[in-house]
Formats: sequence, C-alpha cells, structure tokens
Amino acid sequence: MKKTAQDVLITGIGLVSSLGEGIEAHLDRLGREALPQPVIETDAYAPYFVHPLPPIDWTAQIPKKGDQRQMETWQKLGTFAAGLALADAEIPADETVRSRIDMIVAAGGGERDPAVDALVMQRARGLASPQAVVNETLANELRPTLFLAQLSNLLAGNISIVHKVTGSSRTFMGEEGAGISAVATAAARIAAGQSRICLVGGAFSAERKDLLLNFELGGFLLRDEWRPVFARTPGHDGFAPGSVGAFLVLEAADHAAERGATAYARLAGTHGDRGPREEGATRARLAEMLDRTGLRDEDLLILSGAAGLAEPTGWERALLRERYPEATQRAYGTLFGHAFEAHFTAGIALAAGTLSRRLSLPPFDRGEERAARGEPSRALVTTVGHSQSEGLCVLERLGGR
Amino acid sequence: MSTDTDFLGRPLVAITGIGVVSSLGRGVEANWDALTAGRSGIHAITRFSTENLRTTIAGTVDFMPVEPLTSSDLSHALAEAAGLEALAMAGTKAGAFGGPLFLAAPPIELEWQHRFALDRADGAIDEPGYDRLLEIARRNHSADIYALTLFNRISERLADRFGTRGLPVTLSTACASGATAIQLGVEAIRRGDCERAIAIGTDGSVTPEALIRFSLLSALSTQNDEPAKASKPFSRDRDGFVMAEGAGALVLESLASARARGAEVLAVLAGCGEKADDFHRTRSKPDASPIIATIRAGLDDAGLDAGAIDYINAHGTSTPENDRMEFTGLSAVFGDRLAETPISSNKSMIGHTLTAAGAIEAVFSVLTLRTGVLPPTINYANPDPAIPLDTVPNTARRQPVRAVLSNSFGFGGQNVSLVIAAPPQ
Repeated sequence: MKKTAQDVLITGIGLVSSLGEGIEAHLDRLGREALPQPVIETDAYAPYFVHPLPPIDWTAQIPKKGDQRQMETWQKLGTFAAGLALADAEIPADETVRSRIDMIVAAGGGERDPAVDALVMQRARGLASPQAVVNETLANELRPTLFLAQLSNLLAGNISIVHKVTGSSRTFMGEEGAGISAVATAAARIAAGQSRICLVGGAFSAERKDLLLNFELGGFLLRDEWRPVFARTPGHDGFAPGSVGAFLVLEAADHAAERGATAYARLAGTHGDRGPREEGATRARLAEMLDRTGLRDEDLLILSGAAGLAEPTGWERALLRERYPEATQRAYGTLFGHAFEAHFTAGIALAAGTLSRRLSLPPFDRGEERAARGEPSRALVTTVGHSQSEGLCVLERLGGR
Repeated sequence: MSTDTDFLGRPLVAITGIGVVSSLGRGVEANWDALTAGRSGIHAITRFSTENLRTTIAGTVDFMPVEPLTSSDLSHALAEAAGLEALAMAGTKAGAFGGPLFLAAPPIELEWQHRFALDRADGAIDEPGYDRLLEIARRNHSADIYALTLFNRISERLADRFGTRGLPVTLSTACASGATAIQLGVEAIRRGDCERAIAIGTDGSVTPEALIRFSLLSALSTQNDEPAKASKPFSRDRDGFVMAEGAGALVLESLASARARGAEVLAVLAGCGEKADDFHRTRSKPDASPIIATIRAGLDDAGLDAGAIDYINAHGTSTPENDRMEFTGLSAVFGDRLAETPISSNKSMIGHTLTAAGAIEAVFSVLTLRTGVLPPTINYANPDPAIPLDTVPNTARRQPVRAVLSNSFGFGGQNVSLVIAAPPQ
C-alpha cells in the first residue's frame, strides 16, 4: 500500500550551544551582531580549543534531581535539548500524547571517570601483568551507575523517562553519520506514513579529555591558534570540538495541521553516503546527492557543517561555490565548533530558524564569507564527517511562524 | 501463487539468507547442531585474567583469527563471518550486494591496552591521567588506534566488503539492538526504498571492564563453578545473565524480488513491534505495559493474533527481573494459551550476546521454522513456580511451527518483538 507521500515539517527545535540556550536566543544573537563572536575556551584544554556549554539550569527541563544524578553532562545536555524541542513544538507533557511520539537519537558514548582511570594507570605502572590490579581497582572504584551514564542508548532511555516519549526508541551511532542517518530515517518514515511525529537529534559534550585524547591520536585537533572553519589551511587545520545539544520535532504535515502546530520549515530531502575519502570520489558523492535534491541557486542559504580539516572542507566548498555561486555560504562550525553526532541536526536547527525568521545571516567570518543577498527561501545543510560519512538536506521556507 | 504483499498491502519481506557465529561455533550448521543437542557454549574465561572478578565465565568466541584482539576488530570479524554466510546463502554476491546495511554493534572506546601503551612512553608530565596521555599522544599520533574508537568503523569495513549501498546505519538499543536492525531493514523494504537489505547484530565486547560494569549493576550470574549450568532462564535459582559474544545476519528482501530471481525464501519477516519503557534505567515498568504493548504491536504488524504463534523465542536472559516480566507480559497477551505455547531461551546455551542477541535469535527462529525442531531451554532443573511455562525443558522437541514470536528487551527500556513466519505457499 503506497500512501500519498507526506510532507515532513520541522515543528520544534531544541538547540543548546556555546552561544546560548534555545533557538530564539541563537537567532536573536545572529540577528543583532554584525560579526557574531564564537565562545571559545582557550585555556582549560590548551593547546586545543573547545566551544563550551553555556550556563544551564538543568532543572528547567530535567526537574528531578534524581534523574540529573543518573546522567553525566552528555546525557543531560541531550535530555535538556530534547525537552526544549518538545516544548517548542508545543507538545503537552501528557503521557498519552507523548507515548505516541517516535524517537531516533544520534549518540556516541558517555564520559569516563578520569580520576578512576588515572588511579588504574598509576597502580598498573611497572607491573608485568597488571590485569588483577586493574580488575580490583575498577571493581572497587567505579560508581555502579556510571555505566548507565556511558551507554549510548541511555540518552534515549533518559528522554523516555524524563519526557515520556515512548512511541519508539532507536539510537544510531557512528559520529557525524549517525546524525545524518537519524534525520534521513525519521523523515523517510514520516513521508511513507510509517510514523506521524518523531523526535530526532543528538548531543555532544566537548569538554572531555578522554575524547580529546582520541581526537589527538587521530591528529584531528585544531591547535595553537583559532581560526574560522573556512580560514583553516593545510598545516593549520583541524576541528575545535563544540558542546551542542540539537533536537528537532519532525512531523507529517497533516498531523501538524490536526493539532494546529506551526512549522519552521519543510524538510525537502535528506541524503547520506560514504566511501573513499579522496578528492574525486568525495566530490562525486556530494555532487550525486546534490543532483538528487534538484536544488536551484535562488535565495539559497548554505549552512556547511565542514569540520575544518583543510582538504575535505576545501573540496566541499569548491563544489558548492561552483554549483551555487549566488548562494550565501556559512560554516556553522565556526560558531558551534564541531559537534559530531549532534552536528547535522544543529545545522538543520539553525537553518530552520533562519528561514522562519527571514533572517539574513551575518558572515561568521569576514575574511571568507560574503554578506547575504537578502532573505533566503531555502537552505542546504551539509555535514561532511571528519573521517567518514557525508550527508546533506534541503529545507524550504513556509508561511512563517 | 500467493500475493507478494501483506494484509495491509505492503511488500512482504522475505528472509533469503542467514548466518551466525556464537560460542557454539561458526556457521548455521555447527550452531544448529549444538543448539538442538542442548549443548552450552559457556565456559571459564581464558582471554584475560579474571582475578578479582565476581564473574569469571562467559560465552566468548575464542576461535576467530583476530590479532591483536580489540572489541572493534572482534565485533567486525564476527559480523563479517555471519554476513558472508548470509550473503552466500541468499545467492547474492559479496562485494555487490547493492542494498543498505543495518548494523547493531556494541559501543566501543579506547581500550586499556592502548592507555597503558601510551602511559609507558616517556617525556611527559609524570602524573598519571588524561593530561599526560594527551601530551604523549601529541607526539604519537596513531590512525590505527584512533580508528578503533570510531563507532562507524565496523560498518565502514563491512560496507566495503559487502558492497552495500548508501550510508550504513550503526545502531544500539542495548539488548534489543539486533532486532532493531532487522526492523529498520523491514521498514526500508516496505517503504520501497530498496529491494533488499542486510541486517546484522554483532558483539565481541567481553572485556574485564564490561564484566565489572554489569557486575556492579548485579546483572551477571556468579555461578562460576559449573559454567555450562549458569544460564538457567525461568529457573527458580537463576541469578543473572552470562555475557557472550557472537553475530547473526539476515538478508531481507521483498518477496517479489526474491521470487523474481528464483531465490529460496527461508521465511517471512511478518511483523515488528516496538515500545519504549519510561519507568527506570534498568527495570521494567511493574505492570509490564511496555512489554505488552511491544508484543501486541508485533502481532498487529503481522496481522496475527496470539493464537497463530506456535512457538516463542524468549528474551529469557536468566535474570530474576527479566524472566518474571517477560512472563507477565506474555500472560497478558496470550492469556490461557500461554501454558500450551512452547517457549525456550537460546540464552540458556549461548548466553546473552547483548547487541547481537536479537539477530542471532532471529536466525535461530528461522531455523526452528525450517526444521520443525524447537531448541530447548537447558539447565531447567528447578522450575520457578511463579512463572509456569512450557520451556521445552532440557531436550529439543519436534513440532511443526508456522509462526514464531521473538522477543528482545533492552537495558534502558527499548523493546522489540519480531514475528517470523513460514513462507506463503
């Protein structure tokens, strides 16, 4: 049974980044400042740069202290942003309503306990067979509930517990690609009538030395001197991790109409791919995805999720300039930092808000980004993962909200 | 010939290939022989020192050639072996599969062996901890170690090996993950996004820290003395699950496509049901309502009522909580019929393969349908009188089966039930 394809609308946004809390706060700031200033922690993680969390009153979205205690920052951030999105979509905190909402979360893993890890390393030093000591130390020192704060699927679990979203619950893993697949899957299910309304998004907590260690092993971190994403050049490139919680409420148009919800924008197509990370192949995959969107270079805002690695960022930027020379191009990682599982939905959140408010985004980087030529009526959001996975989607402006 | 669509007019989803690896062996045949003979794959752990651990047994897979051993590499090797078997059975070519990949994989992170290796390097502040490791890493980049921390690394490698299409989905719904991977494949085929998909669940993550984490939540059996007898689902003296490794893979395909290319249809994935629990991070809602809703949704999606289910492949973890809640949920849906519906737990023999369990148990459900043999629940010597069930105790049973219900309930509240049925005549 092929149902009539449903329009997929964005009816709620929950966005937290170093710039602030809530989509309105972000748009206010971008509407007010001629050259928005990123918020960057330069000391605590030197020589690296991290876009930190703003001050957050967790209780506003996670009322029970007991729930807060069960989570580390990553899960709290996601649960908080999910709550913002549900509230923004004006979905009542009524269990019968929320029990019918689907959910796809893009998640990595949770925080380790750095003090315990340091203790294990100290005790293991010099031992030829350290395993018995490691076992004893971990068994005695790890908090029993820390595991629950680490498990990837427990962000979704916490959202179910705190916000009562239980229609379905799926957690996608895999860095930037997880966010791309989450949006693509949620949208495809709604378009095909398999779902009516879906909470989709992710969270990334950047202020974690355990993660910075991984990224430094990979040689991916920007260091010593911060520059905007498009200004990062070979030898002085890399990403600056950014704490972001970004959730969207995606909804079938008729479902939104039935409950009188207004939408930010229409999600007109989401595509993801992967393959060898070299110039020709990467460019060809991006080009093929752009072909599938049928997007025209007209009142177009491009929010590029480029990570700041000089090569892939350069390939993407050149292709987009070639295809859409008139478009306003912004690298949103300049302001948010790079947010992995949450990166794609953060770009979509910003694009949807910008379209809805009919905002002309100021350049995020005066050297590399041009002033906007008027209000955009459609937006292209891209995310080229730092090492694997690429995706993009198109948003179209609606009547307004 | 019957129609290619289901009772709602959706494309019927055929299973045309299966593959499996568990502690019982590699491949469908070795596993099915052992499973129907009531053999256990649980043993004392030899992979690492278990000194100071409360649980010293597991269903580790120790026969895969993975060197050096990491959770990412072992999980990959298991998934690849199961996937290649399923692709070969389906008569599709590895390297040119052409459909999407849905992979249930365990969360991974930097391993202790790598932290220790870094900590042994010189020339950084002496104080142990991440500041020191960062300082060392700055001069010792390692793309290989970094790759082991990437959650999408396994699916990337499989995508290249199998020739799958598009961006693979790597997912976790904890102990329901394998079933969720199948569900995603079924939905994609029903939408018409693809003609075929491969769903895999894999888990090769038995490490000391993983055991300790589950131990700290009192989830694991500590009946170490007789490893093969520790996993005893539905028994009165059950005291927790036994961690295990393995992988299961299924090639899913629209029935129309399978018929058009003359592929043998092993079974039909008739229904998927899902419902999340909002009660607690490790416990089910006391009234079992999410489990009940999950099972009902699976049956409804298949267009069947409970009376059409001939056999239940239980989640049956052997924890006091799970087995009681599964019974409560099934009782509500099946009513009096439950007493006469055989139900067994593969976990009594292979242990709890966590992320892989839903996929492995779906593979065994297909084999149950195909062969008319119900694998037993072994170690059922001391029935729990509070959960009276026909558990197919200790010995396999011959019985024709037309439809199987396979349950998977995840830590963190994610529940999935699958209905797998014989191919339409």
